[in-house]
Amino acid sequence: MSGITKIFPGVRALDGVDLEVQAGEVHCLLGQNGAGKSTLIKVLAGAHQPDGGVITWQGEEVTLKSPVAAMKLGIATIYQELDLVEGLSVAENIFLGHEPTTAGFVVRGREARSSATALLKRLGHPEIQAHRPVGSLSAAQQQIVSMARALSHDVRLIVMDEPSAALDPDEVDNLFRVVATLTADNVAVIYISHRLEEIRRIGDRVTVIKDGRTVAVALPAKETPTREVVALMTGRNVEYVFPERPAPTTAAPAEPVLRVEGLARHGEFEPVDLELRPGEIVGLAGLVGSGRSEILETIYGARKPSAGRVLVNGTPLRPGSVPAAVRAGLGLAPEERKAQGLLMLESVTRNVTVSSLSRFARIGWLDHSAERAEARAATRELSLRPDNPDVPIRTLSGGNQQKAVLARWLLRGCRVLLLDEPTRGVDVGARAELYAVIRRLADEGLAVLLVSSEVPEVLGLADRVLVLREGRIVHRAPAQELDEHRVLDLVMEGSPTP
Amino acid sequence: MKQPASEAQHGGPDAAATSEPPTPATTASSTSAARSTEEKGGWRALGLRLDVRNLSLLGVLAALIIVGGITKPDQFLDTNNLQLVLTQASVIGVVTVGMTFVITSGGIDLSVGAIVALASVWATTLATQEYGFAGILFTAVVVGLGCGLVNGLLIAYGGMVPFIATLAMLASARGLALQLTDGKTQIVTVNSVLDLGIPDSYILGIPPLVLVFAAVTVIGWLVLNRTTFGRRTVAVGGNAEAARLAGIDVRRQRLYLYLLSGLCCGIAAFLLIILAGSGQNTNGNLYELDAIAAAIIGGTLLSGGRGTIVGSVLGVLVFTTITNIFALNNLQSDVQQIAKGAIIVAAVLVQRRTLRNGEA
Repeated sequence: MSGITKIFPGVRALDGVDLEVQAGEVHCLLGQNGAGKSTLIKVLAGAHQPDGGVITWQGEEVTLKSPVAAMKLGIATIYQELDLVEGLSVAENIFLGHEPTTAGFVVRGREARSSATALLKRLGHPEIQAHRPVGSLSAAQQQIVSMARALSHDVRLIVMDEPSAALDPDEVDNLFRVVATLTADNVAVIYISHRLEEIRRIGDRVTVIKDGRTVAVALPAKETPTREVVALMTGRNVEYVFPERPAPTTAAPAEPVLRVEGLARHGEFEPVDLELRPGEIVGLAGLVGSGRSEILETIYGARKPSAGRVLVNGTPLRPGSVPAAVRAGLGLAPEERKAQGLLMLESVTRNVTVSSLSRFARIGWLDHSAERAEARAATRELSLRPDNPDVPIRTLSGGNQQKAVLARWLLRGCRVLLLDEPTRGVDVGARAELYAVIRRLADEGLAVLLVSSEVPEVLGLADRVLVLREGRIVHRAPAQELDEHRVLDLVMEGSPTP
Repeated sequence: MKQPASEAQHGGPDAAATSEPPTPATTASSTSAARSTEEKGGWRALGLRLDVRNLSLLGVLAALIIVGGITKPDQFLDTNNLQLVLTQASVIGVVTVGMTFVITSGGIDLSVGAIVALASVWATTLATQEYGFAGILFTAVVVGLGCGLVNGLLIAYGGMVPFIATLAMLASARGLALQLTDGKTQIVTVNSVLDLGIPDSYILGIPPLVLVFAAVTVIGWLVLNRTTFGRRTVAVGGNAEAARLAGIDVRRQRLYLYLLSGLCCGIAAFLLIILAGSGQNTNGNLYELDAIAAAIIGGTLLSGGRGTIVGSVLGVLVFTTITNIFALNNLQSDVQQIAKGAIIVAAVLVQRRTLRNGEA
């Protein structure tokens, strides 16, 4: 693949990415969240059409019009979210869509089962029985079934998107054995992972992408020092401009507006304590799956805690109740803006006012012009573009959609803002503006809790940083005392490397 | 695109005059006219899609009226016949208004027909009739609300899928209606109720049933478009998770919505009692399908997030007019059913096209 470009409305997701994979190798694809890895593999799987660039397959230029076309060429993709039909058996899943048949429609079940058994054996997992329903298997076993399915189509290249994310260490070892079997058969593997140590163990070569561009091609996976890889992932082409922090005052710090005491959820995160003062931005740094979003959503009442409590101005919130949290002055800008934050069929105004409807209403009767005027004032305050609150929200760029979410809470008069990946899907250029807005809101007395997997963002924007790894806060420090390498070491390895 | 649409806004009320309820177009154009030109653009842009869709339904209705006028000029355009069409539309129309709210919120209510049946027989038992007019009205409404409450609790707080919960209500309410009546027709003997069905009670030539329907439509339109309740309904249907994270009590909203649908069924049951002069366990048969179909061809999205009361009412009028024309022309109900099916398919195809153009 060379010069692959993919443009989404408002975002240039891929901006000339090059990737070259040889038969029989494990090629690792590295990059931070939002670097464009997922988009790249979707292009390769035929799920997205690139806006530019060339894909060459075994010496010939090809276009991958659909997932089926990619599959026919011998490219299989195993996504993080497995695409198996839980109600069907292992064998039925493996041969879904290309069942061995008699006369074109009678499925030869016995043959499918024996071929499935043979495939599973080849993958070193004869213990998975071909007749069992997939729903009864463990996550690791389902992954094996997914791979067997890929192999059932004479596959030459398998793309694995964070295959180890849901696995125990033993299961990861197993997975690596399977990958070794595949490459021994001259099948190429593209392996995507956040965990550097895994890449060191099984990778042959590494390609690093950042901000939609290739920054390093085909580095030797085993020899390149960790520090160099980390530097490649994080080194900036575009310098982010972070707003200045307010000068430290000698005055006694304000009383915390938000206090979290021993908040925990089984299987998601261990007891968390934190305090948030007005005017302060606290950053939570951690990888996907480290429990960051879960902590935020539990504070917000969107998930019910198994222990602990949340206090706003000293008053405990009713656990597991979003309306209670909102009434107390909390606001959340969720991670998945489109799925969790916005009403995509509606105008900007209606998205902004949805949390403050009673303000424009007398006994339930809405005053449309007051609603519109206040929405406009709130969006102007954040210089949202276009300056017309009547346009449908879906026509806005990612950055402006995020501003609409912030305007929602500004209008509501919230005191604690919980931001989950506020710049995800936001163009690099628009980020600085968003950072300035967030800092200004804090200066105006808001307390902000910021979650981001982009370490520079947390370090540049927050006053204090909490580092999270596997559901546990492993480090707390003022942002100035940390640097990017240190935090990356902490989130990836758990302990600082010397 | 914009010019014809704005003309349609002015053409709308005239064409809809036969159906009494004001269209949102009148209100929308008068409010937006008060604003500056610059601000008007967005309003129109938002209203545009609705208008186009309502306009095409009005076109269908006009075509049907022409067909009726040509095939049976004397009978179809007769005042008595028009009064009959509107009266017949009233019962299912009230149910459809409630259904429109439920569908807009992303739900479905399959139990409406059964609730109408149960409410109509409970309100016409000998014991209830002893309390006269008020007893019948009160019982019909309370039974409707009660069924809606059960639906709402099961769906909002019991976590049941609306399809299943209301399917269960459909079965049990019909069963209970049969048990109450033992399959017999319960004749109404309360004259004050029966009087509302005879021409003497017509106000300016309009049957009281139609006035109730008009009132329910106007109130429904106002609630959906002008109140926090309506806005929350649309938000829940558009993206329930986003609505929840924005601080809306989604469960309570869902409970209220099924209560509202039950209330509409209760009112419809009362209208049916007036119309039929009796209560029967077979009342309201297949109302769920008629109401859903009318709402869908009216432009309410089955997936939720967008709903239009005016569209639903037009949908009801289209179906009722078809039934009437077919009956006048002595065509059997099988042909009617086929025509209805074809209209649903055509309307949804048109809807998908307009929606896709709108998203592009």
